[in-house]
Amino acid sequence: MLVEGLALGGLGLVAALGLGVAAKVFYVERDPLVEAIEGALPGANCGGCGFAGCSSAALAIASGKAAPNICVGGGPEVGAAVATILGVEAGFREPQVATPGCTYGGEKADLKFNYDGVPDCRAAVLLAGGPKVCDIGCLGLGTCARACPFGAITIGPDNLPHVDPLLCTGCGTCERVCPKDIIVLSNTTARILGFNSLKDCLAPCQSTCPAQIDIPAYIKAIGQGRFAEAVSIIKEHNPLPLVCGRVCPHPCESACRRGLEGDPVNINHLKRFAADYEMGTGQHIQPFCLPQNGRKVAIVGGGPAGLTAAYYLARLGYSPTIFEAMPKMGGMTRYGIPEYRLPKATLDWEIQGILELGVEARCNQAMGKDFTLESLRQEGFEAIFLGVGAWGSRNLGVDGEELNGVLPGTSMLIDRGLDKETPVGEKVVIIGGGNTAIDCARTCWRLGAKEVTVLYRRSRSEMPANDIEVFEAENEGVKFHFLAAPTRLVGKDGKLTGLEFLKMELGEPDASGRRRPVPVKGSETILEVDNVIAAIGQFPELAFLDGDQAGQQVERTKWSTIKADEEVTCTNIPGVFAGGDTVLGAATVVQAIGMGRKAARAIHLHLAGQDPSISPDWVKSPKQVTTLKKIENAPAPGQRVKMPELHVPERAMNFNEVELGLTEELARQESQRCLQCGLVCYRRQGQPDTIACASCGK
Amino acid sequence: MSFGDYMLFIVGAVLVNNILLAQFLGNCPFLGVSKRMDTATGMSMAVVFVITLAGACTWLVQYYVLIPFNIEYLQTIFFILVIASLVQLVEIIMQKTVPGLYRALGIYLPLITTNCAVLGVAIINIQKEFDFVQMLVFSFASAVGYGLALCLFAGIRERFALARIPKVFEGTALGLVTAGFMSLAFSGFAGLVGH
Repeated sequence: MLVEGLALGGLGLVAALGLGVAAKVFYVERDPLVEAIEGALPGANCGGCGFAGCSSAALAIASGKAAPNICVGGGPEVGAAVATILGVEAGFREPQVATPGCTYGGEKADLKFNYDGVPDCRAAVLLAGGPKVCDIGCLGLGTCARACPFGAITIGPDNLPHVDPLLCTGCGTCERVCPKDIIVLSNTTARILGFNSLKDCLAPCQSTCPAQIDIPAYIKAIGQGRFAEAVSIIKEHNPLPLVCGRVCPHPCESACRRGLEGDPVNINHLKRFAADYEMGTGQHIQPFCLPQNGRKVAIVGGGPAGLTAAYYLARLGYSPTIFEAMPKMGGMTRYGIPEYRLPKATLDWEIQGILELGVEARCNQAMGKDFTLESLRQEGFEAIFLGVGAWGSRNLGVDGEELNGVLPGTSMLIDRGLDKETPVGEKVVIIGGGNTAIDCARTCWRLGAKEVTVLYRRSRSEMPANDIEVFEAENEGVKFHFLAAPTRLVGKDGKLTGLEFLKMELGEPDASGRRRPVPVKGSETILEVDNVIAAIGQFPELAFLDGDQAGQQVERTKWSTIKADEEVTCTNIPGVFAGGDTVLGAATVVQAIGMGRKAARAIHLHLAGQDPSISPDWVKSPKQVTTLKKIENAPAPGQRVKMPELHVPERAMNFNEVELGLTEELARQESQRCLQCGLVCYRRQGQPDTIACASCGK
Repeated sequence: MSFGDYMLFIVGAVLVNNILLAQFLGNCPFLGVSKRMDTATGMSMAVVFVITLAGACTWLVQYYVLIPFNIEYLQTIFFILVIASLVQLVEIIMQKTVPGLYRALGIYLPLITTNCAVLGVAIINIQKEFDFVQMLVFSFASAVGYGLALCLFAGIRERFALARIPKVFEGTALGLVTAGFMSLAFSGFAGLVGH
């Protein structure tokens, strides 16, 4: 017994001695600073900061390897407490929030799992041999809800994760545990800099929209009565919903899958409904803006491209200043679009909202006259965006253009925007087939012209103007003369009296894919006219650039536009960016908005010293991955709601807005027609609205 | 023993007499840390390290303390004492000398103290009357077998994240069923080496 006792006691003693000595010899000094910091951290060990736990994070902060505000679990107070211990100021950390979405083929998922050998839903569709409900999206198992250390995620009755933005700290635990990359962290910067990618589950409308608005999401929000949220969703990608909701040619509706059987969803008027709701409340719904960093960016031109670039730069923390040559902001949306389509008061309200974000506006400042590229640089602007639009009107190139009574296309509209007198005669002929031509025609009719004729050298189907505009112009009594081209303007005593034109017929298609009009010999006809308005195209007037040496170096194209990459928006001069009509030639508001955000991205990356070139996943032009020829089992199409309008007699001799806006009832009714499409999936019959895309939650 | 013998010896320890799936030792961490591949690999590394070291120490205690004093019946209590203090000692030394490895192994090092696979291997070493080199090889190979089983299991359990599992089977229940199947699968190695 003694031996056992001694042996056991001896071994115990040896072990204890060994441990004691080791503890003494290998003593690791605990830094009191580290302990103080660890005490300030919440101890949730969520790992959101990127370190294994709060102890490791404390060590990293104390050794200067991490910023005092890295803790995501505790919010800004913890950052401030840690900063106090260190005796420094807590910097701003952009808040992040978990966002469920559908991104297929995520790298993580690829490495870890394969979906029965099918890497993404496109392949799944090919295997299934046609459209099917997506079953590789969110599995609804609730791993994220269980993993969330802050209880911010719940699995709803639709079997999808719902994040409470007030509880979410952006620690990223859910992102790490989600096996399918459904739930990811996102923040304002990432959303502003993020553009449609081949990996996104994009509905056809969203991938067609030049501004890349998340259309299914805002339609869903409208359908559920969450109007303010719908406005926020639109403003993520389009700061001018009031303008776009009224004048956008809505290419999205041409892509709408509803259009495969019946009429597409009235997407644009739903957007206008949401925007009107915001204006109706009298309160701008403002997005989150990063704190100002004091860096100045000059925006030349206060049109949609410039306003958009300024809006996103202000949100990213820059101090943009818009230089506008005209007396008021808005560019062509103010001076090109007539009052009856876009009331100036509405436009003013929209612009006011953007300026409130911290955008400075200097009107009556023309480049080349009041300032130059060089003077902007001297004033401390680190980047310059040129969004000066396309204000020059193309000439007809026929005899008699100098006659009294011949007007260039935009001059009448600009004069109206400037509240100048714009008298017209009784018989007016407008030459051209675009929206400007129709705008001029409908304006002349409102100004009291008895006979308004639009002369277009191709046929109606080739007209670039919006269908609804042509339709309304016809309602108002505007005559259309297709397949006719002017050859000569006749005058008496310097005053216009007649227009001679040739009949045309359509020949072979030209480069634009439209059939080229060919004159019919001997078909000259003379029309009696008082005014001729030539609205045959606009181009950017770039003479102002030549005011100084730096400006002269800006590279241009043979179409008198500034040469800049349409995706990156960089010009040949570092720090100078361009977008909108200045680069595209006369285009649409929504294209200018899309380019404005691209420019904001490029400027942000340029000022951060990063490469602004785009990733190969970037969707340059809308690509339909699978072309659905028909939709099966979709809920009944229903009737597309019609926009209530003023009756034609009520429109005469005034510029009251013609389209009155959808009522709440009509908007909610229309939003039910949306199929909530994804890349290849869409809502099926019998599915409640909430599990629209089966599983990805879009 | 020739080189070939050692190879067979190793294959036997890793596959045929797998410490986890054939001898059912160390099941607690097997179920506890096998939900993610990265924790499973961390645990495997820690186990390999500790089992080899503990095998050597317990072997020395057996032949230089227990047998000379004729108190082999106290083997279990002695071995537990040795393993526990050893793990503590290793932890203290590592924290100072190789902090990188210490952080990498993290919580798994102290957890191993309660891992019966360590004690199991130490006792098997004595029962099979290995000499010192055989003991080292066997301990190492057994630990590798443990790590292999743990990683395979973690790989399977990660896939559970993608499967629709009936409520009652979620978590440990399905884990145990799966472990049973894996054990059955490993029994297929039984005829491979005649141990």
